[in-house]
Amino acid sequence: MTAVSAPPDAGRASSGQPRRRRFNVAPYLLLIPAIAALLVALGYPLVWQFVTSLQKFGLAQQFGKPPEFVGLANYVQLFGDRQTWAVVVRSIVFCLANAAITVVLGVLVALLMNAVGKATRLILQVAMLLAWAMPVIAAMTIWIWVFDWRRGIVNWALTQLGLDFTNHNWLEQPLSFYFVATVIVVWMSVPFVAFSVYAGLTQISDEVMEAAALDGASARQRFFAITLPMIRPVLMIVALLQVIWDLRVFAQIKMLQDAGAPIAETDLLGTYIYRLGVGSSDFAMASALSIFVLLLTVALSFFYVMHLMKEDQ
Amino acid sequence: MSSVALPRRRRIRPARVITTVVALLVALIWVFPVYWMLNSSLLPNTVLTSTTPQFLPWGGSLANFAAIFTQGTFWPALGMSVAITLTTVVFCLLFAFLAALAISRFRFRGRASFVLAVLFIQMLPAEGLFIAQYKLMASLNLLNNVLGVSILYIAAVVPFTIWMLRGFVAGVPIELEEAAMVDGLSRTQAFFRITFPLLAPGLVASGVYAFLQAWNEFTVALVILQAQEYQTLPLWLRGFVQASATRETDWGQVMAASTLVAVPVIVFFLIVQGKLTSGLVAGSVKG
Repeated sequence: MTAVSAPPDAGRASSGQPRRRRFNVAPYLLLIPAIAALLVALGYPLVWQFVTSLQKFGLAQQFGKPPEFVGLANYVQLFGDRQTWAVVVRSIVFCLANAAITVVLGVLVALLMNAVGKATRLILQVAMLLAWAMPVIAAMTIWIWVFDWRRGIVNWALTQLGLDFTNHNWLEQPLSFYFVATVIVVWMSVPFVAFSVYAGLTQISDEVMEAAALDGASARQRFFAITLPMIRPVLMIVALLQVIWDLRVFAQIKMLQDAGAPIAETDLLGTYIYRLGVGSSDFAMASALSIFVLLLTVALSFFYVMHLMKEDQ
Repeated sequence: MSSVALPRRRRIRPARVITTVVALLVALIWVFPVYWMLNSSLLPNTVLTSTTPQFLPWGGSLANFAAIFTQGTFWPALGMSVAITLTTVVFCLLFAFLAALAISRFRFRGRASFVLAVLFIQMLPAEGLFIAQYKLMASLNLLNNVLGVSILYIAAVVPFTIWMLRGFVAGVPIELEEAAMVDGLSRTQAFFRITFPLLAPGLVASGVYAFLQAWNEFTVALVILQAQEYQTLPLWLRGFVQASATRETDWGQVMAASTLVAVPVIVFFLIVQGKLTSGLVAGSVKG
């Protein structure tokens, strides 16, 4: 469409000089509102945050003391702190583990959708859509009820199976806290991966698979030699998006912490920044850590954005 | 499965039975929490706190919903959510529509950089900016204010909305407009009579996307709307759980509250789901 829709009014805008490409102000005018909104709500905070991350900005500054410039001292202090590293490492491990589990389960569900009959597929898709559509806070509330230590259905079911889970508090220990968080995040994220990969699977023609089967390729061989390479592009994109999204699990972790978990031991990047900034008013540290999160996201987003840009050409 | 399948192949194969059973089990696991929410929302707390769970809402009632409606904090929160969401959707659609026109109908210097910037901005997490946004809104006196949150939401949602609408605008061939202009319409008339109606589905899809984002947003709202009177529905739900936990949590009411927050979202989500997926993984899936 590029060639056709290109400069639509270069030729006709002014009948006097149809050939010459004039400077056209229209597109810039059209962009003004969007750019203004982005500059106010994101641009300014971004600059403020960067400047603040280079300043001393704590409680005293809150009450009017002018902040002093300290260079990279905040970053040095931040990354000299073991707590910061603990949070960073936990966040990355949590993010990668969740993304990996989500992608693997998502692909399996997509394969299931592809393998079963029409009616079963519809049931599976409706179930997936419902989970996907749940607002995150509502979903968290349900899961906290499901894992409730006193009346939760999980403890009841495990106890019925002969394990003693009566009054077991899942959120007390960091590891079991992250297990619950993982269950929830995976439950919420698998549908997107499953639908995307399923859309990719439907593009593989039956003839190719039948031909391979006739040539004696086993189901396993067909999967690794045909299916996987064919869905590779979509798989890469959803995996990348999943990694980026699983870094930002603020709402999930915050809600679980509210439900009674040891906060310092369960903080991930989002909740830690929240605690530094809103909790202890240490805006310099919160800003420095935010800048780190933004850089990490931009680095991770690079390939995704490049992929979308190619789409735009 | 192919259309040429012979009757012989139709016989029941054990592998097919197993995959069907597994698929149904997976569906059951995924739908269970949603079902459990509905089931619990209909049951009185005395049933929910008994030692054996009740799996079907026999003897249930809408009493939990009635309790929420009369309790007083739900309506103001709904009002806040509606106000913020409407403001966000209207301005976001307007701004994104203009920008989408610019990038899909014009080739201009800076176009590629703008698209690139939009795509990167779209990926920025709220967690990386909310402290600075809090300071900004505090300095503008816009904490606990519909306008303050709406500005932040518009900026957060506009990038992906531009990207979504760009596809729809580019999908309407410019030749249609040109043909109408040959028939004597002005450029503006041609646009509003020909192109705009064809964009309606795109505007609906993008509008629903903006609605879902604003309606569900939690992180920014938590920081900007700290006063209880100004809470949106997600914050209200969180507060409801916490208030309930100080006594003995009334899970029936909490689940009714969740249901109220979730149902409109589920309905709208089902409308927009297909368009949303293809926008996110654009180009990876052909067709």
